[in-house]
Amino acid sequence: MANSRTNKYAYVRYAVIRLIQGAITVWLIATATFFAMHNVPGDPLMDEKAVSPEIRKNLQAKYGLDRPLLEQYGIYLSNMIRGDFGISYAQENRSVNDIIREHFPVSAILGVLSIVFAALGGILFGALTAINRNRLPDIVIMFLVIMGISVPSFVFAALGQMTLVNVNAFLGVSILPVAGWGSVSHMIMPSLILGLGTMAFLTRLMRSSMLEIDNADYLRTAISKGLPPTRIFLRHQLRNAILPVITVLGPSIAAITTGGFVVELVFAIPGLGRYFVQAVQQSDYTVIMGTTVFYGAFLVLMVIVVDLLYGLVDPRVRLD
Amino acid sequence: MEASFSFERTDTIARALTTTRPSLTYWQDAWRRFKANPRSLISLYIVVTIGLFTLVGPWVWTINPMLQDLDQISVPPGADRRARVVEPHVRWPTTETNNRTPWTMSTTQLAVIGEATTQAIRLAWNPVAGASGYRLYRGIAEPTSPDALGLPLADIVNAKTTGFEDRLDLKPRTYFYSVVALSSEGFELREHSTLAVEVTRVITANEAIARGLSERDGPSLIGETVYLDFHPLGTDYLGRDMLARLMHGARVSLFIGIVAPFLYVLVGILYGSIAGFAAGRWDQLLMRFADFVVALPFLLFMILFKMIFNTEPGESGIFAMLLAMILLSWPAMARLVRGQILQIREEAYIGASRLLGAGSMYLILRHMIPNTMGVILVTLTFAVPGAIFTEAFLSFIGMGVAPPNPSWGSMCNEGIKTMLTAPHELVFPAVFISLTVLVFNLLGDGLRDALDTRMRSD
Repeated sequence: MANSRTNKYAYVRYAVIRLIQGAITVWLIATATFFAMHNVPGDPLMDEKAVSPEIRKNLQAKYGLDRPLLEQYGIYLSNMIRGDFGISYAQENRSVNDIIREHFPVSAILGVLSIVFAALGGILFGALTAINRNRLPDIVIMFLVIMGISVPSFVFAALGQMTLVNVNAFLGVSILPVAGWGSVSHMIMPSLILGLGTMAFLTRLMRSSMLEIDNADYLRTAISKGLPPTRIFLRHQLRNAILPVITVLGPSIAAITTGGFVVELVFAIPGLGRYFVQAVQQSDYTVIMGTTVFYGAFLVLMVIVVDLLYGLVDPRVRLD
Repeated sequence: MEASFSFERTDTIARALTTTRPSLTYWQDAWRRFKANPRSLISLYIVVTIGLFTLVGPWVWTINPMLQDLDQISVPPGADRRARVVEPHVRWPTTETNNRTPWTMSTTQLAVIGEATTQAIRLAWNPVAGASGYRLYRGIAEPTSPDALGLPLADIVNAKTTGFEDRLDLKPRTYFYSVVALSSEGFELREHSTLAVEVTRVITANEAIARGLSERDGPSLIGETVYLDFHPLGTDYLGRDMLARLMHGARVSLFIGIVAPFLYVLVGILYGSIAGFAAGRWDQLLMRFADFVVALPFLLFMILFKMIFNTEPGESGIFAMLLAMILLSWPAMARLVRGQILQIREEAYIGASRLLGAGSMYLILRHMIPNTMGVILVTLTFAVPGAIFTEAFLSFIGMGVAPPNPSWGSMCNEGIKTMLTAPHELVFPAVFISLTVLVFNLLGDGLRDALDTRMRSD
């Protein structure tokens, strides 16, 4: 192709523009978080223990809370650019960076497993329902999908845990641990549960996407050429139907990240989501700000990555 | 040859020609399509039922959702409510048991004296040679090993005392009491003796009258059976009526679930139509801002805003949640409305109407609004499950409605702690959330199919 180089150029340009837009969004998120947190009633040094005004002053000086708001904002931003999110108020001497470094990998493993599970299941079941349209597998799976969309994740989590407890008690051996983290067996149940809602959503999307291309010309051509059905299914139907599913992977990652809060709480998994919820409950301001900005940046990046991936997978997509 | 065809008009054809149906309006047509779909119709009935449950329910079932029934804690639906009326409690002088063994204890070492009731359980045992005291355990499951006897109930440091009266928070159930002799150093000696005790529920006459369980007065009641308060769906871990809490919780969950989408859709319509009409640079600017709000991580900022707006500690937090949800959710609606307006503006019928002399007010009222109404209504219906989920999520992680106000999400949060022993506390609110979300999803599907054929799924 003559214009493949210009295409490549356009793609890089698009990627750079998207990254710059993403950086601006993250900056806005950081700013919004900073001013939001400084408008929260009460202050982080207000504790059950009464402190004398002098100690209070020292504490404020230590955390830089006695400076003007704009100066604090400047310090906050410059620290953040250097990748320093500050020190936790609630857990003395523990930096927010440490908390993120230690607990984000756990959340990430859980999230990646769930998204893989959700995507594979969604594509598989979606294709299955579309092929068997209005027959028994379609009706059964679509019923389950509606259930999956309607039941909140914490109910799934609780039901999953309850099932494990009962199954383990019935069999007398622990086939899967009920809670906790550490080994592969710990990961199976929580990631299945976390992926369920997204899987239901993706199944529905995959089904309508498969049905949409049912009367496509290229499909009719393939059939009239006499290609074997498996080849038609894999090369023509599946490949084209997957495209819309990829676009929603970005928002799905967001859904799974926040869904992870609940699953981590219920299954006692030491992930970042659980720390975020704890920080909120303890009004641990630096941790809240740090994790919010971190999560915000992560989600913005994921959406960009998914969009760029989409541009690679589908050359028809317009880059603008 | 003469043809014998007769071209007489038959009756049926004549009727068919005259019965042309009257033309239907858009909404009549939509309603006709909606009615034809049994799934949408059933979901509409369920939505109405849930609405009645929420609005009329508390007038029918007037129990206070914050009132505690301490005799019935974590009681499942349909539990035994009988209680026998007894005399007030009199202290049992355990010294009576000192060094004497008047009790007939042939096989078991541990025995119940008198009747085991929720008022008191009197235990006695045979003295153990060489013991300097005894330790009493109470468990709720049969002990499987000497290390798992339950919770230590009492240490009796006097070797002569071989009796104990347990009055600690007794429930009508089976308890497993174990007694272990203690050496002079305070160590446990030899094997334990365990006894299963079935406890019957009793209530004093004064209490029964004070709580209005019986109309008859004092002494004549003794020995009679009264029924404790009725809880059709059981009680929660604090003894509060589940049905009443579900009804009041529905008010919170559905209020947020319906009012929040309604308000942010309204804001979105205003914003979107301003952007749509303004066009040009202002449109660009307004939509850029909307894009930025969309990019905010929704639930994280829900939590942040919830913290900002929650000024008073005693507040329920419903208003804060509502405000946060409106602030974060309007852009999607604004985008939708703007897109619709830009699209409709170019439609031929708008041009035709304008040619016929229609003013902009007429265009907006007569063409723009009715033509966007369908899309807006469908989006609104699909927004309800999202808002209910958000409320449930926030309440579940403890950032939602402040206790003791019930909401379905916070009830799930409380229920999950006792799900193994009292599953009904989790199951009921979870079923209500799921059913409501399911029904609104189906209703949205039905509305979409009925109102707008272009959006129809498959």
